[in-house]
Amino acid sequence: MTTSADRRQRPGLAWAAPAALFFLVFGIVPIAAVVYLSLTRWDGLGTPQWIGLNNWRALANDADALHSIRITLLLTLLCWMIQTPLSMMIGVWAAGPQRNRAILSTLFFLPLLLSTAAIALVWLALLDPNFGLAHNLGGLVGVPDGNFLGDPHRALLSVAFVITWQFVPFHTLIYQAATRQIPHTLYESAALDGAATVRQFFSVTLPQLRNTVIASSVLIVVGSLTYFESILLLTNGGPGTATRVLPLHMYIKGFVGFDMGYASVLAVLLVLIGTLLSVLIVRTTGYHRMGSQREGL
Amino acid sequence: MTTYRAGGVSVARHARPGAPPPIWSTPPARPRRRHRWRRNWIAGVLSAIWLAIVILPLYMVLVTSVRTQSAYLSEGAIQPPTGLTLGNYGRTLRLGFGEFLMNSAIVAVFSIVLVGALALPAAYAITRGRSRIISGTFSMYLLGLAIPAQAVIIPIYLIVTKLHLYDSLLAIILPSTAFSLPMSIVVLTSTLRDIPNELYEAMFVDGAGPRRTFARLVVPMARPGLITIAIFSGLNAWNGIVFPLVLTQSESRRVLPLGLWNFQGQYGTDVPGLMAAVVLSALPVLALYLFGRRNLLRGLAAGFGK
Repeated sequence: MTTSADRRQRPGLAWAAPAALFFLVFGIVPIAAVVYLSLTRWDGLGTPQWIGLNNWRALANDADALHSIRITLLLTLLCWMIQTPLSMMIGVWAAGPQRNRAILSTLFFLPLLLSTAAIALVWLALLDPNFGLAHNLGGLVGVPDGNFLGDPHRALLSVAFVITWQFVPFHTLIYQAATRQIPHTLYESAALDGAATVRQFFSVTLPQLRNTVIASSVLIVVGSLTYFESILLLTNGGPGTATRVLPLHMYIKGFVGFDMGYASVLAVLLVLIGTLLSVLIVRTTGYHRMGSQREGL
Repeated sequence: MTTYRAGGVSVARHARPGAPPPIWSTPPARPRRRHRWRRNWIAGVLSAIWLAIVILPLYMVLVTSVRTQSAYLSEGAIQPPTGLTLGNYGRTLRLGFGEFLMNSAIVAVFSIVLVGALALPAAYAITRGRSRIISGTFSMYLLGLAIPAQAVIIPIYLIVTKLHLYDSLLAIILPSTAFSLPMSIVVLTSTLRDIPNELYEAMFVDGAGPRRTFARLVVPMARPGLITIAIFSGLNAWNGIVFPLVLTQSESRRVLPLGLWNFQGQYGTDVPGLMAAVVLSALPVLALYLFGRRNLLRGLAAGFGK
């Protein structure tokens, strides 16, 4: 009798079904479909024609594909290495109680008001070597001619910089919010034990932020596959193929070259890389077994 | 004593020489605060540098948006403008930016509402349901976190054409919603897990079924999480470029990002006009931010802070 009462009180399948169906149609079915499409020839208009593994064989002859995977991983690593320490430092600093920090955090937040397209286009104008900020201030960072996006060696770094500019405010907010939640008692006991300031950061703040670091890193790594929208507007993969990341390579093959079959091969690679990276992070950090780090408090 | 502005004042007010500090005003964090202040000055200097990097471009956006086009070409980007003009704003509005703004707002609002309506019942079922299938859906969303929306744009293009939705705002709304679902459900599930079991039992004792429990307990308690996912899914829809780019084409369905891009492509040298359009595109988000500033940090803390 208790079990039937219990069942009546618990939400049934119907509660979970709408979201699940929705995600099935627009998330899971497309993954199956993209695997199927990778085995066809399709120009985006007619009916896909089955051609077996031909597209996959073509992958071996596509030097740009390998190059774009390398660029993608390089950009991901670059963005993670710049964004994580920067947003952690600013976030921990901004979590302090002083009034000027409140004002500064509000200012730091401002880039979040601009959309991806707005930010990319603003920086495109700012990095213009003739009329933009690059013309005035390029010399300060060792680029007197102000040519940032047109130079094959500087383009990727410049793209990473624009992406950092866009996303650091968001990650800063996450770190700030998480730092504020660290119980004061931990700092008090650390101070009683004679832990100096730097020591307090490494033995209290950093361990307490562990899950936040992981969550923020997952967002950066998985998010880095979406940086392609910024790159599309900033450089369109250029100069040459210097900033052509894998999603952009896929977009160009599929929606510019109308070779949807081959583009699907690249899409499958994208799914595999995205899943692999997240599983790697989750497994190595034990995020899936995540419990509270504040046991006993 | 004067160095510590926030906490120091109250201590100073009560401190008399020789007298023990009153208990109620002894902030336990006082020694810590001194440490923190000293520890963080390096971060403070870096913050100042970062502040310049953040503010300078924004200053330029604003200043350029009120500069005349010829002045931009002769004065460059940095100088204070000599003659102010609002003509850039008028020009961009005449080019249809009002309509693009409207389209983007529709896409964002509908995505937020759909995500909330789908994700909260699902998260409720995942936290309180007993069925294996339900916990299976949670694994699906965890997996879905890793799927980049770009990777499935080709089949989504196919599905949208088959549903005869190509070149409609709905074509943008549906996939944007779907790809906000995994993160939203993960965030909401962690919010709902914090509701104490006793509250559910109290509802049960009162004879409430799942529907009343949902309306009276789950919805109110999920508020911080709901704010988080509203921000998250709203920005997702508002910022998205690839879905509108691939799934729409006519000008009457154009959303802001594409409007900006198109403007830059057609009138590449009209940087002041572009900057005016950028400022216009940021205004709705600014209004929302001022409106919901206090909830934002609380929501983020609920979503990612643990």
